Amino acid sequence: MNILVCISRVPDTASRIIVASGGKTIDNTGIKFVVNPYDEIAIEEGLRLREKNGGTVTCVVLGTEVSKDILRTALAMGVDKAVIIKTADDNYDSYFTAENLANYAKTLNPDIILLGKQSVDYDSLQMPSTLGELLNMPSVSVVTKLTIEGTNVTAEREVEGGKEVISSTLPCIISAQKGLNDPRYPKLPDIMKAKSKPIEEVAAIEVAARVEIVGLEMPSKKRIGKLVTDSEVDIAEIVKLLHEEAKVI
Amino acid sequence: MSLDFFHLDDLYTEEEKLIRESVRDFVNNEILPIIESHYHAGTFPMDLVPKMAEMGLFGIKTSTEFGGSGANYTSYGLAMQELERGDSAVRSFASVQNSLVMFPIEAYASEEMKKKFLPKLADGTFIGCFGLTEPDFGSNPGGMITNAVKTDSGYLLNGAKMWITNGTLADVAVVWAKLDGKITGFLVEKGTKGFSAPEMKGKHSLRASVTSELIFEDCEIPEENRLNINGLKGPLSCLSQARFGIAYGALGAAMAVYDSSVDYSKSRIQFGKPIASFQLVQEKLVWMMSEISKGQLAAYHVGRLFENGKARPQHISFIKRNNVDIAIQSARLARDIHGANGILDEYPIMRHAANLESVRTYEGTHDIHTLILGEDITGIAAFS
Repeated sequence: MNILVCISRVPDTASRIIVASGGKTIDNTGIKFVVNPYDEIAIEEGLRLREKNGGTVTCVVLGTEVSKDILRTALAMGVDKAVIIKTADDNYDSYFTAENLANYAKTLNPDIILLGKQSVDYDSLQMPSTLGELLNMPSVSVVTKLTIEGTNVTAEREVEGGKEVISSTLPCIISAQKGLNDPRYPKLPDIMKAKSKPIEEVAAIEVAARVEIVGLEMPSKKRIGKLVTDSEVDIAEIVKLLHEEAKVI
Repeated sequence: MSLDFFHLDDLYTEEEKLIRESVRDFVNNEILPIIESHYHAGTFPMDLVPKMAEMGLFGIKTSTEFGGSGANYTSYGLAMQELERGDSAVRSFASVQNSLVMFPIEAYASEEMKKKFLPKLADGTFIGCFGLTEPDFGSNPGGMITNAVKTDSGYLLNGAKMWITNGTLADVAVVWAKLDGKITGFLVEKGTKGFSAPEMKGKHSLRASVTSELIFEDCEIPEENRLNINGLKGPLSCLSQARFGIAYGALGAAMAVYDSSVDYSKSRIQFGKPIASFQLVQEKLVWMMSEISKGQLAAYHVGRLFENGKARPQHISFIKRNNVDIAIQSARLARDIHGANGILDEYPIMRHAANLESVRTYEGTHDIHTLILGEDITGIAAFS
């Protein structure tokens, strides 16, 4: 099975984000970058598919030289091949990313493309669908369970208040949601071995931007909590909020 | 994210950071959820052994030829840091296996013994322990009574060791004894006639660690089980490895109590505002942050000295002494910040505080490390 996993490099969700001078980017100083957590789930799913069906897992990232660090994580987790589509800088939009990933995918001709349902940096949620369109492949998003028998694909996805089961066929694109699997920890011997594995470099193709970031602002520090008391009326209100807004009961 | 005031991460290599992050995730998912119950029960979480082995936490620096990872000192230190962020007992287990058992076997045992023991110690099927300290010889190991006598087929071992981490669990013990008045090492295998390892009970510290006595009554040790090293430098070379890991480990415990203190002080409201807004609380947080940051710089630097062959035992005494000391003081301050909550097992404070009491006096007491440095400055040994 020829498996392609697309990953992105994002700030650790525990990082304190500050807007850089110029107001269009974040200040990277002291920020730890990691594999997008949903992409980690995609890597794990790719590895499990390989373990079951044999084949090769190729992991691709788009970005500058620094993005190689997350490819090392992917190699340490066990992917066979790591590829960086190199950009000159960080100023590109989702369409640029999708065109470049699609362009690379065409050269690889994968049976399946796995990726996270979204990157936790810009949260654009565009990649699975845009890739599907550009590659003319079925794309199933927010998948929590994946079964592949021959070329038949069954994917479960979360929908409001329930789940949806979708059938498709390979080749297809699957975007991973939390719950699909628990990603493995890179093991120390594998981390050491990953150090010497090659990373293939591919130059990014030029794609005109369709989106421009006009500005970034920190969220206002206004209190977002709601003050309620223990009166009968408020208790009913709390139950209603927990049910309808927080959706925990 | 953990405390990194000076952007020390810029100096660590990709694989060193990846090892740290991976072990941190492992500790968060596998150790933190279970450690309190083991601490209360006074048991070591044996289920962790195969998991730790699979992670590659045994034989971190050991050559890949013998099942290790072949990583460097700094990687080893960072792994110990993360394990002790979980609990000193789990870090102690790994310290013993890596530095006090696998290190001397790789450094001083025959090829046959290396092949026999190292792969099994790496994959966790064998547990090791290290017997140096005796009931009456702690800071003065050179005075040890345990002795070996040459026989036709090997050696006859007699004596007793005390305060031995993993002793009762161990499949192989690295035991230091006097042979013709000179200290040398022996590999004593579980089941050797005359060898027993009863567990010591009643600890208020390192409760999730097994601590034992080792008793040798006319134990016959084959010739090939003798280590090829003579003198106190044998055990001390192992301790240098382990103490380096402890210096990093103590930072893990310190960061755990510091992180808890920052979180707690920002959410605990008194007099209508978070206690983090009070000057006395901020002073405590700043003390912890400053001392941990200094400890991180010192540990990082000694790791690089080791890797360049320039580390002296005194450098290791410095970081072991300093980092355990600031960790225990941080736990004390964290206890104040947490108020009454600081004594509950809902927070890691008292567990770390109690554990660090052991860490302070094992592997060279705080005071002995002070005197090692005192001798280094003055040229006068205060303890000989």
